[in-house]
Amino acid sequence: MGKLARKVALVGAGMCKFGRNFPLKRNPDMWVDAWIKAVETVDNGIEPKDIDACYVGNYSSDLFNHQGHLGPQMANLVGLTPKPAPRFEGACASSGIALRQAIIAIASGVHDIIAVSGVECMTEVSTTQVTDVLATASDTLFEYPAGATFPGLYAAVASAHFHKYGTTAEDLMRVGIKNHENGKENPYAQMQSSIKEMMQKKIARLEKEGKDVPDWKDEFDYLKSASNPIIASPLRLFDCSLITDGAACLFLAAEDVAKKYTDTPIWITGTGQGSAALSLHDRDDLTSFIATKESARQAYKMSGLGPKDIQICEVHDCFTIAEIVAMEDLGFYEKGKAVEAIKNGETKRDGILPINTSGGLKSKGHPVGATGAAHAVEIFKQMRGIAERNRQVKFDVERAMTHNLGGSGGTCVVHIYQK
Amino acid sequence: MSENEKDLTIESYLEFLRNKKLMGTKCKDCGAMYVPVRKLCIKCNSTNMEWIEMSGKGEIAAFTTITVGTPFFVEKGYGRNKPYCFSVITLQEGPMVSGQLVGVDESKPDTINVGMPVKATFLETELKGETRVDLGFEPI
Repeated sequence: MGKLARKVALVGAGMCKFGRNFPLKRNPDMWVDAWIKAVETVDNGIEPKDIDACYVGNYSSDLFNHQGHLGPQMANLVGLTPKPAPRFEGACASSGIALRQAIIAIASGVHDIIAVSGVECMTEVSTTQVTDVLATASDTLFEYPAGATFPGLYAAVASAHFHKYGTTAEDLMRVGIKNHENGKENPYAQMQSSIKEMMQKKIARLEKEGKDVPDWKDEFDYLKSASNPIIASPLRLFDCSLITDGAACLFLAAEDVAKKYTDTPIWITGTGQGSAALSLHDRDDLTSFIATKESARQAYKMSGLGPKDIQICEVHDCFTIAEIVAMEDLGFYEKGKAVEAIKNGETKRDGILPINTSGGLKSKGHPVGATGAAHAVEIFKQMRGIAERNRQVKFDVERAMTHNLGGSGGTCVVHIYQK
Repeated sequence: MSENEKDLTIESYLEFLRNKKLMGTKCKDCGAMYVPVRKLCIKCNSTNMEWIEMSGKGEIAAFTTITVGTPFFVEKGYGRNKPYCFSVITLQEGPMVSGQLVGVDESKPDTINVGMPVKATFLETELKGETRVDLGFEPI
C-alpha cells in the first residue's frame, strides 16, 4: 500500500493566460490554448493518438456556466474522443484530484499516457453569484445559514491562528506582497504588478486628479488604508485570491514510454489526498488543516522524502492566512513559526524555500478548478529552468511540491516531483 | 412520540431549532456528543444515540465580521456599511457549532475576542411570508 506500481512522469505542461477572460475566452477556448502551450513543451512532440484518456478537473461549470458533463466536451476539442474523459470535483482541489487519479491510473497499468485538464470560467456570473457558488463548497446546511462566506471561513481560521500564535494582519500582508512580486514576473498571471507599483499608480492618479494624496510611506500603510477594504475581518481585499478564468494542461506518461517524449522527465514520486469535515465546527483544530497534514504524510511516505528535502513549493494561497497555515501543516515550519520565516524572506524567490514563485493564487489568479493543474505547470517550468522573465529560481530544482486545498480545507491533494 | 424519540435526522434538528431548542446527540456507549445531529457515532461506530438538550452556553472559538455577505444576509440588510459576525462557538458540553453572533459591535472587530463567553439565541427572519429560525449567539 502507498506505493506506485510503476513510475509516472510529467512530460509536458502549459496554461493559458489567467484573467477575466470571459466572454473573449470561455472554457473550451482556454482549454485549447492551454493544450497548445503544453504540447509545445513536449520535447519530441505528442499527438492525440498517443494519449489514452483525458482527466478533467473542474469545480462548477454547472453553476458558473450552466454546463455540466465537461469531460467529453474538453476531450473532443483536442481530438481525444472516443477515449475515456471523466471529470473530477473537489472544489478548488478539482484538478489536483484529476492529476492524482491520472497518476494512479497510469501506475496501475490501465493507461500509459493521460492528458490532465483543469478548467474554470468564473466571471460569466456576478461577484455576488461567484461568492454564492464558492460558498456551496462549504457546509450549506449549517455554516451557510450562519453567514459563512468563503473568505469568512478563512477569516475565522485566521482569528483562531491570531489568538493562538499571535499572528498579525501585517504577517498576512507580507504573504500578499511577496506573491505579487512573483506574479509580476509571470506573463500568464492575472495581476502582473507588485503591490508597491499599485500603490504608486494610485498616488499618481490622485495627484493627476488634484485630489488629496495620502502619505503612505510603504506598502503596509497602503494595505492598512481604505484602499484595501475589509472583506471578512481580519482579511482585507488584498488577502483574498482573485476571481479568475483559466485553464491548464498536463501530460503524464508511464516510465516505459516517457523517454519517447523527453530525455528529462520529471517524476511524480509522491501523491497524497486527505479529507476533513466540511464544517469548521466539526473539526478539532481551527488553526490547522488536517486534510493537508494527511495528504502530505502520504506523499512524503511514498516518495521517501521529508519536508527538509523540498526545495520549492506551490502552496494553495486562496487567502494569505492559508499560505501560512500550509507552510506549517506541510511540515516546513513548526506551528506558529511560519510568519517569522516569511518576515526573514526565506520564502521569497531568492530565499532558501521559495514559495509560490508563480505569484500564487493571489497574483496569478485562482480559476478554482484549474488551480491544481496550474500549480504543476509552475513546478514543471521551474524544474526545467524555463520559468519566464525574472522568475526562475537561481538553483537547480531537484525536488519540489504542490499543495492544492479544496473548499475550506475539506479536501487536500499534495504531490512531490523529482528529477 | 415524545420529543426525545424524534428521528435522528437533520429535519428533526431543524424542527427543534424552530421551537427554539438547541439539541445535540449523545452516544450512549462512549458518551461522545455532537451538534448538529449524528445518527452514527464516529468515535466508536455505535448507533446507540440519543437526543440531549444543550445549555446553549459556550465561548467563541473563531469569528469574523463580514462586509461582503451571502445573498441571504444581503437580503437581511447586511453589507459594506453594516457588517455581520459569523462565529464558531465551543459549547460548554464540548461540541462546536456555527452561528451568527449578535449583540456585538460588528464594525469594531477588535472589541470581539476568541474566548468571549456567549449564549445561544434564536434569530427569526421573515422571508417570503414565512418565519425562519436560525441559531445565533450573543455575549453573556
